[in-house]
Amino acid sequence: MSARLTITKTPKCYVGGAFIRSESGRVFELKDHKGEFFANVPLCSRKDLRNAVEAAAKAGPGWAKRTAFNRGQILYRVAEMIESRVEDMAGALMLGGVTKAAAMKEVVAAVERIVHYAGWTDKYEAMLGSVNPVASAHFNFTVTEPMGIIGVLAPDERPLLALVSLILPAITSGNCVVALASETQPYPAILLGEMLAVSDLPGGVVNLLTGKRAEMVPTFATHEHLRAISGAVNAEQRKALRLGAAESVKRVRLWKAEEAVDWESDAMEGLEEIRALVECKTTWHPVGG
Amino acid sequence: MIMARASNKTNPARELVFGDLWEYDAAPETAAPKLKKRYDLFINGQFVAPKKGKYFTTINPGTEVKIADIALGGAADVDAACKAAQKAFTTVWGPMPGKERGKYLYRIARLLQDHAREFAVAETMDGGKPIKESRDFDLPMAAAHFFYHAGWADKLPYLAAGRQVAPYGVVGQVIPWNFPLLMLAWKIAPALAAGNCVVLKPAETTSLTALKFGEICQEAGLPPGVVNIVSGAGETGAAVINHPLTSKVAFTGSTEVGKLIMRSLAGTEKKMTLELGGKAANIVFEDAPLDQAVEGIINGIFFNQGHVCCAGSRLLVQESVAGEVLARLKRRLATLRVGDPLDKNTDIGAINSKEQLGKITELVKAGVAEGAEMHQSACQLPAKGFYFRPTLFAKVSMSHRIAREEIFGPVLSMLTFRTLEEAVEKANNTPYGLSAGVWTDKGSKILKMSTLLKAGVVWANTYNKFDPASPFGGYKESGFGREGGKQGLMDYCKVG
Amino acid sequence: MPVAKSPPSFRRLFDDIGTVDAVGIEERVAKYGTRSVKKKAKVFGLRLAVTMVDLTTLEGKDTPGKVASLCAKALRPHDVGEIPPTAAVCVYPAMVRHAAKHVKGTAVRIASVATAFPSGQAPLKTRLAEVRAAVADGADEIDMVINRGAFLSGEFGLMQDEIAAVVEACGAATLKVILETSELETYDNIRAASFLAMRVIRPNDFIKTSTGKTSANATLGNNQVMLEAIRDHFLATGVPIAMKPAGGIRTAKQALTFLIAVKETMGDEWLNNGRYRFGASALLNDLVRQLEKERTGAYQAPWNFSEASEGY
Repeated sequence: MSARLTITKTPKCYVGGAFIRSESGRVFELKDHKGEFFANVPLCSRKDLRNAVEAAAKAGPGWAKRTAFNRGQILYRVAEMIESRVEDMAGALMLGGVTKAAAMKEVVAAVERIVHYAGWTDKYEAMLGSVNPVASAHFNFTVTEPMGIIGVLAPDERPLLALVSLILPAITSGNCVVALASETQPYPAILLGEMLAVSDLPGGVVNLLTGKRAEMVPTFATHEHLRAISGAVNAEQRKALRLGAAESVKRVRLWKAEEAVDWESDAMEGLEEIRALVECKTTWHPVGG
Repeated sequence: MIMARASNKTNPARELVFGDLWEYDAAPETAAPKLKKRYDLFINGQFVAPKKGKYFTTINPGTEVKIADIALGGAADVDAACKAAQKAFTTVWGPMPGKERGKYLYRIARLLQDHAREFAVAETMDGGKPIKESRDFDLPMAAAHFFYHAGWADKLPYLAAGRQVAPYGVVGQVIPWNFPLLMLAWKIAPALAAGNCVVLKPAETTSLTALKFGEICQEAGLPPGVVNIVSGAGETGAAVINHPLTSKVAFTGSTEVGKLIMRSLAGTEKKMTLELGGKAANIVFEDAPLDQAVEGIINGIFFNQGHVCCAGSRLLVQESVAGEVLARLKRRLATLRVGDPLDKNTDIGAINSKEQLGKITELVKAGVAEGAEMHQSACQLPAKGFYFRPTLFAKVSMSHRIAREEIFGPVLSMLTFRTLEEAVEKANNTPYGLSAGVWTDKGSKILKMSTLLKAGVVWANTYNKFDPASPFGGYKESGFGREGGKQGLMDYCKVG
Repeated sequence: MPVAKSPPSFRRLFDDIGTVDAVGIEERVAKYGTRSVKKKAKVFGLRLAVTMVDLTTLEGKDTPGKVASLCAKALRPHDVGEIPPTAAVCVYPAMVRHAAKHVKGTAVRIASVATAFPSGQAPLKTRLAEVRAAVADGADEIDMVINRGAFLSGEFGLMQDEIAAVVEACGAATLKVILETSELETYDNIRAASFLAMRVIRPNDFIKTSTGKTSANATLGNNQVMLEAIRDHFLATGVPIAMKPAGGIRTAKQALTFLIAVKETMGDEWLNNGRYRFGASALLNDLVRQLEKERTGAYQAPWNFSEASEGY
């Protein structure tokens, strides 16, 4: 009796709530750390990025309008979905050669990070907004608003934790995200997409692409509908992103990929990260009769 | 009135007569601006000649008469200023307890009040704005900014809960010519409160009050190097922005230059705050208190000759009251007094420069050529100096240049809308997002509009209001970062 | 009138005439205070203000003697400097006949506060009788108070009918309708009451801010609201209504600021005493004092001016 032939999974990108191949039809080979073929991963093109931005634009207004409480519940649901498949996700991370223990540690850190942000949705406004005591007969208050669509560029290392750390502060406040996964270890992002799909996160709020960073950076840099770029990239890419950002006065928040970033640190999460991806709006109104 | 509200027709039985029965006599402000014939650079607590020995002339745009020679700072001067700032930061200002820093800011605030009239006259002479604005707005507001931020200096730990905040070190700042001293205050006060030292480049046409501010720093006993003022042209500003010692830069000016700065800093890790252009929509609903709306529209576009980045240059009026609003605006236009900026009764002063006058003139010509209906005040303009009649365009459509480009002058473009959604769509249909105005008697509509408008500041039933406690800054291509309030102060702090 | 039985609501009235933003209007009038009126313009303004004064005495202790000296002052505000006479003297109805002895046939008119001034709380019949009596005694102008109770309870028809009845009782006399702005409280109400009154009075009749008998009187804010109402009514109907702020205007500087509001809101055609008055007493002496200062170049002591009276 011959062994059962297993069904291999075709990795697909999670865009607009659907699982897609690259419109270009291109793929790249993903090998495990031993150099053995694992799967063909979509090699996304600039048009895939464009389509993902369109999907995010569709989802954005609805997501931003959700109540803070509801966003918090949904983010918590995302954590639940990952927690329930910890082993799968750890396996995805182990493709990159880390030990089981290290992989588990990263998955758990990612889940904890998501739970951390789930608790921020209905609190950051109280910290970042303000009622301003102006010296005239006006009521004056500042509230934050999401910027819109945020482009995320994940670094190669920590393919899950870094990605999640970059995405979460953006969506906590109602932004949508188009993210490019780790180039060397895209598979955790593929799995993350599958987990997001069964969470209550509306399709299009987070869009995950796989591919070559160098190829995608110019489009991330210049796409004017992206209102901010958040990521960890090398010096050359930082410059390219900032040059592109200048064309539409895009907000840019970048870490240096060439330096070690301690993604597990508490300093990598919280209010400051949320603040970097919101706009402040101040409203004046007379107090009269 | 009743009929006008019910229909779009305005057919007043009669018109008011704004003649010369009772004409105000000239009322020139006579306080001495206490100006020197030549201004050097303020570096390391001293006025020093520029290393290359070059000076340029600053003129009074209201009379075209020369006021003084201003030092043209070069790269070497900027370098000296940055080094002085760095030294002050590491040796004095950085280590100084916040309480002590705050007291210097309080002193500066008080000294600005002491010298307010003198500064107001200098500001008006140099920039062309009416004395009543420099006297009643720019100076009090500049002092208020120092007062407000003085109190923050020892309270920085309260800014970011659970985090350490620290100054950047040396901050490079480049400011525009529309509110020379006030923009300086907006920049310097929070920077100093947070513990930074600054190198500031004032606008080429309006350096006087910035350099006079150097005298205030001396009088306050501010440690040398904490504030450095390097006057000059665009290259001087570029040198400030690009100097390796400036770890944070703050710029207020055009979107075009903002983008240049972003490009020039693309290869660096410098932090930036940019406050750029705008093309604000001032939206008037049918149920608005119309007379106050008209005042708000007038104040929104003619304040400081329209040289205001947040000027309400696109008037969006609900169709049912468009005729009525236009009639009221024209009537109000007739009572605006244009002329000598130093006259206390002048409402609209001189355009800041010949160059700016040229830009305004060109865009107004384009408005006429594109078929918009122009209304101008019939006032007399002085023979000398740079002046432009307050101008109102009706029948403007969204594709007209005057509806899309920042004119930065006393020119209002009026468009109409039918529904709230249409108003929002038109208001947001611009790469800018600095400010917006909403006029309606209905509270819930205000909050809805405020939520939907993509702008950093929304003035509801008011316009062009500013306060040190109130964050100001834009969305989209109007820049990023805020000035004022705790949000503005945060942009001068590193959060660890 | 073929109208619904329920009284017209404030809401319907505001939909008709529009509302006022309180903070906005106060910002507007604050700007009048920054105008600088110097030299010839100042003299012109001060003299104009003198000609607009309704020189007033409204005290329980008024006597024919007091009224006589008031009239003398109105006719000749100062013994030097060719100061013009005031527009009118304003007295209680019982004093009209005494005033008539001094000013009839001169440029100074006789105004009288009839209609159970200041409360208006007398039967309409009584109020109308008072108006007729004052006119019969020689009053050229009647200053009436509106029925604030009717206004505030939304009985606009009643309020207007009473004004219309007074108009009729006035005959040829000019009518000034006192809104008593302090009792209306809001700018919206002041605008509303102005319109209701203007719709039933005649061209060049007045609307007036206050009786001077309550805590708050004429302010630049309520003056502006009423001027804007007059302007809107005029532009819509062609009917010019005149304006009289009263009470609390004591200094020349204040009066000039009010006149600046007139100049910049209404234009030249309201800069005369047919269209604008000040209800005042102490004001006149300060106007004269400032005119003397302009004439002589020296600041003047108060005792150089006769009848330096206090109060409204």
